[in-house]
Amino acid sequence: MSAKTGKRRRQKRYAMAMDPRQCVGCAACVLACKAENEVPEGAFRDWIVDEIRGRYPNLQREFRSERCHHCSNPPCVAACPTGASHVAEGGTVLVAQNKCTGCKACVVACPYGARYVHPKGYVDKCTFCAHRTARGQDPACVEICPTNALTFGDADDPQGSLGRLLASRAHRKLKEEAGCRPNLYILAKGGQ
Amino acid sequence: MSVSRRQFLKISAGGTAAATLGSGAVSNWWGIDSGHVAHADTDGDQVIPTFCELCFWKCGVLAHKKNGRVTKIVGNPKHPLSRGRLCPRGTGGTGLLYDPDRLKQPLIRQGSRGSDRFVTASWDAALDRVAEGMLAIRKKHGPEAMALFTHGFGGSWFKHLFKSYGSPNIAAPSYAQCRGPREVGYSLTFGQGVGSPEAIDTENARCITLIGNHLGENMHNTTVQDLARAIERGADLIVVDPRFSVAASKAKYWLPIKPGTDIALLLAWINVLIEEERYDKSYVDKHTKGFAELKAHVADKTPDWAYPLTGIEPELIRRSARAMAAARPASLIHPGRHATWYGDDTQRVRAMAILSALLGSWGRRGGFILPSNMSLPPYPGPKYAHTDTARADRGASSYPLADETLASGLCDATITPQAAYDLHGWMVYGTNLIQSLPDARRTIKAIQKLDFLVVVEVLPVEIAGWADVVLPECTYLERDDDLWNPYYKQPFIAMRQEVVRPMYASKPGWWIARELGKRLGLADFFAYPSAAEYSKKRIELGGYDYDKLRRDGVLLGKTTPVCEEEGLGLSFDTESKKIELYSEPLKKLGFHPIPEFVPPQEPPFGMFRLLFGRTPAHTFGRTTNNRFLSEVYAENELWINADAARRIPGFEDEPLKTGQRVVLVNQDGVKSQPIRARVTQAIRGDCVYMVHGYGHTAKGLRFAHGRGAADNRMVTRFKVDPIMGGTGMNVNFVRVEKAEAAA
Repeated sequence: MSAKTGKRRRQKRYAMAMDPRQCVGCAACVLACKAENEVPEGAFRDWIVDEIRGRYPNLQREFRSERCHHCSNPPCVAACPTGASHVAEGGTVLVAQNKCTGCKACVVACPYGARYVHPKGYVDKCTFCAHRTARGQDPACVEICPTNALTFGDADDPQGSLGRLLASRAHRKLKEEAGCRPNLYILAKGGQ
Repeated sequence: MSVSRRQFLKISAGGTAAATLGSGAVSNWWGIDSGHVAHADTDGDQVIPTFCELCFWKCGVLAHKKNGRVTKIVGNPKHPLSRGRLCPRGTGGTGLLYDPDRLKQPLIRQGSRGSDRFVTASWDAALDRVAEGMLAIRKKHGPEAMALFTHGFGGSWFKHLFKSYGSPNIAAPSYAQCRGPREVGYSLTFGQGVGSPEAIDTENARCITLIGNHLGENMHNTTVQDLARAIERGADLIVVDPRFSVAASKAKYWLPIKPGTDIALLLAWINVLIEEERYDKSYVDKHTKGFAELKAHVADKTPDWAYPLTGIEPELIRRSARAMAAARPASLIHPGRHATWYGDDTQRVRAMAILSALLGSWGRRGGFILPSNMSLPPYPGPKYAHTDTARADRGASSYPLADETLASGLCDATITPQAAYDLHGWMVYGTNLIQSLPDARRTIKAIQKLDFLVVVEVLPVEIAGWADVVLPECTYLERDDDLWNPYYKQPFIAMRQEVVRPMYASKPGWWIARELGKRLGLADFFAYPSAAEYSKKRIELGGYDYDKLRRDGVLLGKTTPVCEEEGLGLSFDTESKKIELYSEPLKKLGFHPIPEFVPPQEPPFGMFRLLFGRTPAHTFGRTTNNRFLSEVYAENELWINADAARRIPGFEDEPLKTGQRVVLVNQDGVKSQPIRARVTQAIRGDCVYMVHGYGHTAKGLRFAHGRGAADNRMVTRFKVDPIMGGTGMNVNFVRVEKAEAAA
């Protein structure tokens, strides 16, 4: 509800599209994230997957920049005994550091391995750079990407850059069978 | 996982403090607020534009600074080379700035050369010592007996120092060990080289052919951005590489070529274009010379001829040739960058250039373009004294078309008595010659002959260990530097400026060069009070806005037509004033006027050809000690074909597995450091591949020391390009052994 007008505002659904056709796996996204969010040494909020399939010389290779899928049905939130893991603005899944006991129930519950325990004792993960998006900036990984492989936005806004991209390109999601309704879209290599 | 009550209380207490200090928000029963998400606050109080030096592309960056510390580095949206985006290295400048292993004090050698034993010294004492050495050499042998090896933008101050001092011997390994053959090959054909940033229009190309060029792993920011844009627009990619590289995985046609046979493939492509009349006839008629000779030369170089030589099926050669022809003139045969592979490199580049000419892509949109730069007057000062002394690299043997000094040639001139004259002193700036020149044993032999060796460096790399005096330079984030006004489709002037004060006792290059200049009696050449004042003067003389440059980090100039489509008239600065498909100058010098294929040496039985390359997060051995960058790539690995790995002697019972450590033994019996295997389908079975820059032996590099293996240690042989003196380094063969057995 918007306090001012009293009208019901449509809920945003923050999501990210990742384009393996563009991605070269350089990991600029990983390092930009680490710098932006002071992610401790040896820990990652995002990472690169490099998959090679086939037999020489008939091979396929896919690069993906992966992170928390900010699921619409997040098992981590369900698993959290203290309410630290919660759903925030735009469906972004966040961890309230001060409520987190570091019990790791969420770490186990996450099908994507997106969470780690911060040396300060709480569990940490991708926030879609909520502090940046609140200011209208893209997440750090999106901003830095030299191949323009990442697009962040409201997946339910058909006029937005992400909505238009998803309408124009075929895509898939990872581990949908887990039933968690993830919000990272992997674009198909060839058009529709 | 169990949380002790003590830990639990500690966390809760922290939460309480945050809540109280933050907002005084209402707390619930267990003493913490309802959901506090803290975000790291890395945005700077100050954001300072400058340009990067993690590699040599020099992207514009914005350095965020908070409480005197650089918190993060992002792309400068106003800078044409970064457009607000960066490669991983660009982000990693902080890993260099805050590297605990940095050189902190000037060092003077104690003990024998190479013993790596030093005492710290004051700048005065160290500079006096360097000046003393250089003055003694000048007095005894003349200034030409002192050579400068340099790499990186900061080298400009030391090149100025050497030109003022009177030595013509200034070399960068980026020529004879890297780009040299490329520049010579295009110059011979079109009358000019492609320079850096390469004068190509990748983003508008509809077909891009990469020959042994692993763009995406070789991560020059703008190049990769342009490639990505072209892919986004539907451009076709043709990739020639023995390895299924990142680029190959995006290609319409991957040609897994037998290493060293590129010229055969190129001639076959030329054959298809001519035989099937798919080349640009009007362009060829108008601009080229020697088409009839070329046609006759390739008449029998059919795809069927090339098949047994290259391993590429004739139909794949034909189909890829047709794809590149269909896109012409926006069909870019990418010139690549590192080109010193087999010693026939200038000829290979010539074949690439000839192919480009047939596609009509030189001077055309989506092909090679002819950009301009912004004029920038020099800082006022005396003219360098004219010197008639030839460069020492020419003495040892003659490379008639070398248009820059050969670093390897200067190394030779230091060793061999056949040199035109002997070199007695070296200054080495920003290049770790132990890793960057082939055959380190030879480099060390040269060093041992020297009277004097001074190294200007940021990190205690191997070459610093051999120095008589080590001068610690500060990083690019701690210094002002010269201005940069490259030839680029969007002309610009970029500025590097100090973000934080130099740490420890390190000093900027401009200061070091000036203080040495004063001591060498060259004060007139170093009249600038600081690099900032020097830049200000040049900018003012050029009539530009200095304050805007400081604020934005970059000034944009007027664009000029860069291709025929934009109204540019083409001219060629060759002997015939035409594109030379047939090269009379090469013929006169006794070289093939049209490239000939000469089969490479086969790997001896049981051995693999050793190939090396890059990873996006690192620039050779320069960054492998960078702990931040190493978060994503910390150690190199040996790519080896899975089927070939099963046949390696010694691995019959227990096949080699990914992650297992092996050592390599080359044809001269030299052993590598242990390296982890990456057993994969994604490489041919006749070669192995590793990323260059690992296997550091310098103990001062506490992170990189002992990590991975050095390819250059295995490069005990190299094949010199007779045309320009480049050192082809892909001519070594290795056997793979278990790490334990070799130890």
